[in-house]
Order: sequence, then structure tokens, then C-alpha cells
Amino acid sequence: MAQNGKAGDETPRGDQRGVSRRGFLTSVGTGALSVAAASKIAAQPLAPTEVLDAHEMSKITLHINGRSKEVLVEPRWSLAFVLREKLGITGTKIGCDRGECGACTVLIDGIPRYACLTLAVETEGAEIVTVEGLMNGEEIGPVQQAFVEQDAYQCGYCTSGQIMAAEGLLRASPDPSLAEIQHNMSGNLCRCGTYPHIFAATQRAAELKRGGGGES
Amino acid sequence: MRSEPDRPYWVEGEPPETPQQQVQQEPWGETKVVGKPHARVDGYERVSGSAVYPADITLPRMLYGAILRSPHPHATVTGVDTSAAEQMPGVHAVISAFTPDDEATRPHSEFIRSQLFNPTCRYEGEAVAAVAADDPYVAHDALRAIDVEYEVHPFVADERKALEPGAPLVYERGNLGREPRTYERGDVARGFAEADVVLEEEYRCECEIHTPMEAHGCVAKWDGDSLTVWESTQGVYNVQTGVAAALGMPLSKVRIIGHYMGGGFGAKLQAGKYTTAAALLAKKTARPIKITLTREETYLAVGNRPPANMRLKAGVKRDGTITAFEFAGSGTGGAYGTGGASSLDWVVRDLYLCPNVKTELTDIYINAGPSRPFRAPGHPQGAWALEQMMDALAAAIQMDPVELRLKNIPSVSQGREGAPPYTTTGLSQCLEDGSTAFRWRETKQQIERAGNGGHIRRGVGVAAGLWSGGAGGPPCTVIIKVFSDGSINLNMGASDIGTGTKTIMAMVAAEELGVAPEAIQIEHADTGTTQYASASGGSKTVPTESPTVRAAAIDVKRQLLALAADELEVAVSDLTLSDGKVVNTTDPSQEVEISRLRSLQRRRSITGIGYRAPNPADKATCPFAAHFCEVEVNTRTGEVKIVRFLGAHDSGRVMNRLTYQNQVFGGITMGIGYGMTERRILDVDQTGKMVNKNWHDYKLATALDVPADMTCVPIDVADDEANIAGCKGIGEPATIPTAPAVANAIHHATGVRVANTPIDPSMLVQAIATAREGD
Repeated sequence: MAQNGKAGDETPRGDQRGVSRRGFLTSVGTGALSVAAASKIAAQPLAPTEVLDAHEMSKITLHINGRSKEVLVEPRWSLAFVLREKLGITGTKIGCDRGECGACTVLIDGIPRYACLTLAVETEGAEIVTVEGLMNGEEIGPVQQAFVEQDAYQCGYCTSGQIMAAEGLLRASPDPSLAEIQHNMSGNLCRCGTYPHIFAATQRAAELKRGGGGES
Repeated sequence: MRSEPDRPYWVEGEPPETPQQQVQQEPWGETKVVGKPHARVDGYERVSGSAVYPADITLPRMLYGAILRSPHPHATVTGVDTSAAEQMPGVHAVISAFTPDDEATRPHSEFIRSQLFNPTCRYEGEAVAAVAADDPYVAHDALRAIDVEYEVHPFVADERKALEPGAPLVYERGNLGREPRTYERGDVARGFAEADVVLEEEYRCECEIHTPMEAHGCVAKWDGDSLTVWESTQGVYNVQTGVAAALGMPLSKVRIIGHYMGGGFGAKLQAGKYTTAAALLAKKTARPIKITLTREETYLAVGNRPPANMRLKAGVKRDGTITAFEFAGSGTGGAYGTGGASSLDWVVRDLYLCPNVKTELTDIYINAGPSRPFRAPGHPQGAWALEQMMDALAAAIQMDPVELRLKNIPSVSQGREGAPPYTTTGLSQCLEDGSTAFRWRETKQQIERAGNGGHIRRGVGVAAGLWSGGAGGPPCTVIIKVFSDGSINLNMGASDIGTGTKTIMAMVAAEELGVAPEAIQIEHADTGTTQYASASGGSKTVPTESPTVRAAAIDVKRQLLALAADELEVAVSDLTLSDGKVVNTTDPSQEVEISRLRSLQRRRSITGIGYRAPNPADKATCPFAAHFCEVEVNTRTGEVKIVRFLGAHDSGRVMNRLTYQNQVFGGITMGIGYGMTERRILDVDQTGKMVNKNWHDYKLATALDVPADMTCVPIDVADDEANIAGCKGIGEPATIPTAPAVANAIHHATGVRVANTPIDPSMLVQAIATAREGD
């Protein structure tokens, strides 16, 4: 899960007015809106300080692709929904909205996560990177470049998620074996069936990254 | 739907036609651009996140629509109370069969005509009401607040029991879709009498769901009495026709845009009820509406590949001559006449030489979602039966299964009226080149010599196939414009559904006009601004569009060279286009940049028009394929590991080596899912509902289920008689022989023949155990 503890750390990147992160999560948990949030509270029991209505909008600050954005959200809104419909960052796709396909994969603190299973409020304080965040201005990054070269897509709808999964893998393991690639890419479905090209693209991306093809 | 393949399943009504082209068009010789591997012209958009899919669109004041669906497989809606939903904050409109917006009977497809919200729900997932709200969360809250009164009826959810006496009726007239269709040539009784070996087997394929990554959906927006719809579709003109008919509007007032779309596989060849609902909600609220179906809805209401029950009897002589096939197939398109058994028998009729063939197809109604065309309708099912039977026949006469197939290669399409010759057939070459590249004989011998001891067993399998479509055809119009600076614009109505259509068409235009593909700017898939094209489906986009694009390029080139000939005072026949210049072939020092042509400067632009010429009369054009695979079976657990796969394909001229291979691998991957994991499970006894309407329980092949070792062997022979680009389709044939190739490999490994899809571990381990008991 997202690194919630970061909310109160010493390097706040935005204004942290309003309900505190921890207090906010507590109130969400009280509203029984999020199993994930509730389980965190179980781990760190704190008395609820405030109870929010399910539909009450809260202002949160999200750190997306190196920029801070203040956004009003309902506690039940997924990160994928907020990215796409509220912030217009539509590279992140929704295929199932229930954590089965990986089309919504983004990096949260460097780790590939399903944005459809992540509440926007959970990610306050975390570094979120979407496929747009792999760009250097108008230039595509090495993983993106490798996907073009190897034709590692057809319809392209799962592609952003595949690219983010590959990016996450290569950040953790710069020279992965084929088996490692197959395993790490198995959380991302491709109905067009381009997996063999995705494997090749991931290998090629590793080369590009090692060869100074540009760090993203 | 007819079983005659000459009437393509995507064409409704009269056979189409287009005007005659003025210029004589010769086949290509050697090509410079076409056939090479070329990265996609829209690759940047697809990897950067900047490609805008319909689900990505947000318009000012846009609202979100959602659809309430029947939870019952068979029920009558007797009342819909929307008052609570309407009063919820953020809800702007609610429509149902009981609101004035939906009094009319509308056509929803060639087969379905009813109110938009049909009070008679014949399948789980039939639309009952729709809402428009500020966001999708509120829209779904509102759906839950709608109170529907259902009169629930008995249902039938298993087509194998639907014709039994006393079965609940989908329609009062009965559950038989229509009189079974029969086909016969020769005399099967005589054929079986002549055979040395006669085998008979029953096969079943489970229902498969398309589940493209982008769920079906659209954005609808009115400007006065004109409607614009951004639709996730394979064919903007199909959707235009459907929406105009459903709303009673002129075609000119309905503009459909479909630049990017997240997969279809046949499920997005038509407008959906959701499109009509979006338009009605947009009208009612006077605001744009976006509807994206939920994943669960896509399992219920927007199509499937019907389940197939097949019986095949086959006769063969010791020398490998096939003497007779007798085939009976039944299937269900669900609750509507959408073609439950369509084309199930086609490969039996057409793939191998056989003088005596008899087939019968039966369509049955059940209370389940209507089928839609799915990547080669009927063919993977028929191949599942035929190709396993070929394997069994080969074993029975102790002949290599590749050899048996090679002994029975037809040069004519026997299944068609008059048995017309194929323009080309590469079936032999697919089998020969494929088996060589796969090292078929060596691997098979090696496995057999080593003996299959232990619980990990190896095996190899082969299967072949053909696609009855794949020729493409009229109507299609393409326009190519050359601007005064020499830059080029290509205008076509076709959708690029991920198959690389835009890239291939840029390559075709580039080939003819002597420029790089990147120099071609493409406008496409917009009924408001681009030319007519039929939907991208049935492996017909490339063989339809490529010759049309080439014809348009030839037309514009002819005009350019005529202008240049006047200015240079040389004969037109001496001129050609190269690197953006007009060059004199007799004196290469004489050349002029296109942008320097004075007459072009004065005209500002020159336009060439291409029309798709008709296909050759009295000929059949089909792509062919042979698939080879190697498996390892764990006989203790029933798990199958597919070690490697090879697809050898004759689809005429290879247009783009890179996307061609991608299509082949994609077809194999989908075929592995079809054979190994995919299955719609209906609770046939208790509720009639689908119990696995999600990707967790309905499992697609993942990165762990396909071998990284996949090979594509193109039989790159131009079919110049078929069309002036020499190409046939590739998308469909790539998935037809896959599943039986796996089944045959499993049989080779274990001696167990699995006649039903999917071959999941629990089924296989049981079959292995049963076979062992029989030993």
C-alpha cells in the first residue's frame, strides 16, 4: 500500500491544511469506506477526531509526476478516477475497476500499484508517477521507446499500465531475467495478446536504460 | 446470419459496389517500403498516454451515464419507480421503459427490435433504465435507488437442454431458432463405405467472451439537431447507421468519431443500446453524456462467441485419402437470432479435399446475452473438432499428421457454390515451411524415441486452418491530397483497432508516392470528415483498404506526373516519383521537387480518389494457416506448460513484417486462452446467472501462460489476382488452429484426447486418471 506515514514527514511538498492525514484516514475508516484504510487503523488504533460524511468533499494534495496538485475529493474516489476524470491525466486507463487487469498501473513511491484499487486519499504524501511522468518534455522515455521499437502493443489500452509495470520492474531490477519479466508483467492483462513483444520490449528497455538511453 | 461466407457477416442488405477506377492498375513488383518491419506511425501517441480513447474524453458540462440491468435471466418489467433516484443530489435524469423518452420501438441491430428498455428481459443484463449524474459514483448510487418490479419467469440457460420437452420457453414459438440448415455434396454413405477407417467423436467448445481492455462506451453530444458521438468502435459508419436508425435521424446529422479504441475482436462492430441511451440522456439533460460500461456489463450484454456442440464422423483410406465428413453442430446466440451455429461447419466443408460432405447446423435460443461476431465466427470451434479428428485419423492409419494434411490440399473452395478456385493457397507451404522451422519430425521422433516415462510428459501438436473471409472487398473510398509544399494527407474512414491499419496505409501510400511513411498525415475513422469504409473486422481491413489507398495514390500520382510532364516538356511515361521529387527515368539528372511544380503552386492542392475494385469473379480468396506447438504436461496435476509455439501463415503479401508478427502472436495468445482457460459459466440449475463475470474468475491468458518462444513464419507470396496490393487478412486466421494444436500436443504427450474446451488442470488430470483406469 501507499506509504501513508509520509504525510507527516519533514519535507512537506504542499500545504497540509485541514484534516490531518492520520485523522482523515481515521474518519474514513469510521465511515467503513475502505478496508485498506480500516486495516491501517487497526494497526495503529487512534480515537476518531472527526467523522466525515461519505459525500463530504475533502481537500487533499497529490504529488503527481513531480508536481503538487490540490484537489477536492470524496473519500470513496479511486486514484484512477481522480487522475482521469478530475485532473485530466488520462494516460492511466481503467479496464476493470476492480484490480484484475493492471491497465491503471501507476508507480506509488516507485512501486507499481493498481490505481483503481487505491483511494485517492490514501496517496496523499506519496510520489505518484503516471505514464505521462516518464516523458522528458515531449521526448519519450526508454521504456516507452522500447515499446515502440518492439511493437509491444496493439490497441494500446493496456499499454500505459504495461509500461509502468516494466518501469517499476526495471527500477528494482535493472537486468531482469526472462522468467523475472514474465512474472513481474503477469499482473497486467493484454487481450490483444502482445506478451512476447512486451517481454522483448522490457529486455530492450533494460538495455536502453543501461546504455544511457535516458533515466526517467 | 447465413452460413454462406460469400455474404460477409459484417455486410447487411444488398451487395455493395463502388465506381470503376479510371487508371489501369498493375500488381506491385518488388517493394521498397511495403513488407518491411515498420514501427507504428502512431506509436508515440500510444506509449505517451496522449492517444485519446473515447473513455478519456471530458467535455465541458459533461455528465456520466450508467445503465441498470435485469438481474434475472427471464423476467417482465411491470414497473419502474425512479422517484427516489431522481431526487438524489447530483442526479440529472432517469429514463426507463416507463418514461416518455422510450415509448418507440427501435432497431438495435439487424436482429433486435424493441423499446430501448425492453420490458421483456430475456437475459441477465438486459437494459432496464439509465441515469445521468455528476459523476459515475453518483450514477451508480442512483441505479441502486431505482425500484424495479419484475415478474420473474422460468428460464433455460443450457442450450443442450433447451429443446427437451417441457423446457422453459424463451419465445412462445419455441427455443429452436429456425429450421436446421443443411449442406450436402457427394454421398457420405458411399464415402464411409469406401473408407478403411471411420471415426466418430463429439466435441464441445465453451462460450467465450470478447472482453476488450477498454469496455464498450461512448460520449454523446448534441448541437441542435445534430449528434456527435465519440465511440469505442471498430467501424464508425456501422455505428452511424445504427444510431441513425435507432433515433430516426438522417445519416448526415449523426457524426461518429472513433480515432482510438481499446480492442473489439468483433464485439464493437455495431452501435450499442448504451449509445442510444447516451444520446437520449444527452437530449434530456441538454448536456454531453459519457457512458463507459462496467467490466461486469461487458460479460453480459455486448456479445460472445457462442458455445458449440459438435459431432464429426470422418472416413479415411489407408493411403490418407479422406472419403467423407459428416458434421452436426449446434450453438446458441443467446436470446436472439444472432447466429448461434454460424459457420461452425465451414472448415469441415472447405479445408481439406473431400468429395462427400454433409453438415447440419442448429441455432437454439436460451436466456443469455446475444452473441456477436467474435474473431472468425464459427471457425475456431469447427477447427477444434476437425483438427483433432485429423490427428485421430492420422494415428489410426499410422501416418504423420502433417503428412495426412498435405495429402488432402484442395486448390478450389469446395464449400462454395460452383467450387471456385482459390486465387492463391499457401496451405501446403504453411505445413511444410512451418514443420521445417519447428523441426517437427525431429522433435516428434526424439520424444517418441525417448519414451514418455515419468510424470512430466512432452508432446508436439499441429493444426491447420483457413478463414472463409479475409478477402476484403468494396465498398471503400480513400482520398489522398498533395499540398503545394509536397506534403501529403491520407483520408480514410477505417478504424485502426490496434492491428496497425494506419501504419500499413501510410506504407502503401509511401510506396506509391516515393516518400517515407512518416510523411503521410492520416485522417481516419470520422463519418463527418472521412470517406466510407466498412468496419474493421473479419481480417478484411488490410485487403480492403490497401488496394484502395494504392488506387488513390496512383490517381494523385498520375495527375502530378501529368503536370510535371507539361512543365519539363517530357513524356509522362518517362517520369516517376522519388524522395519527394519528380524524376526523369531516362535522364536522372532531370528532376524537380514536387513543391516546385508551378501548376501545383497555382492549384494549392491536388486530390486523388481511390475506390476499392471488386474481387475477381468466380474465384475465392482465403488466408491459410498451420500452427505447431510443444507442451509439457504434468500428469499428476494436469498442468500444461506450453513450451513453444509457431504460426505459419499465408495471408498473401506481408504488408508490415512487424505488425504481421504481432497479429500472429496475438491470435495464438487468444487461442491459448480459448483452449486452456476461457469459459462463461452460467448457473444453469439455480439462477441462470453468469457466475464468473470478471477477469478473476473468467481467466485470460497472462504473461505466465504463453511461451516467450513464439515464432512467426510468413508465407510471403503476393496474391496479385486478389487485389492490387496482393494481400489477404491475418487477424482471424491467427487464432483459428491454435486451440486444437494444443489439444493435439497434449494427446501426443499423454495419449488422452480432451474433446471439450477449456483444458484446465482439473479436467485434464481427471481425464488422465480415467484413461489410466481403462488401461
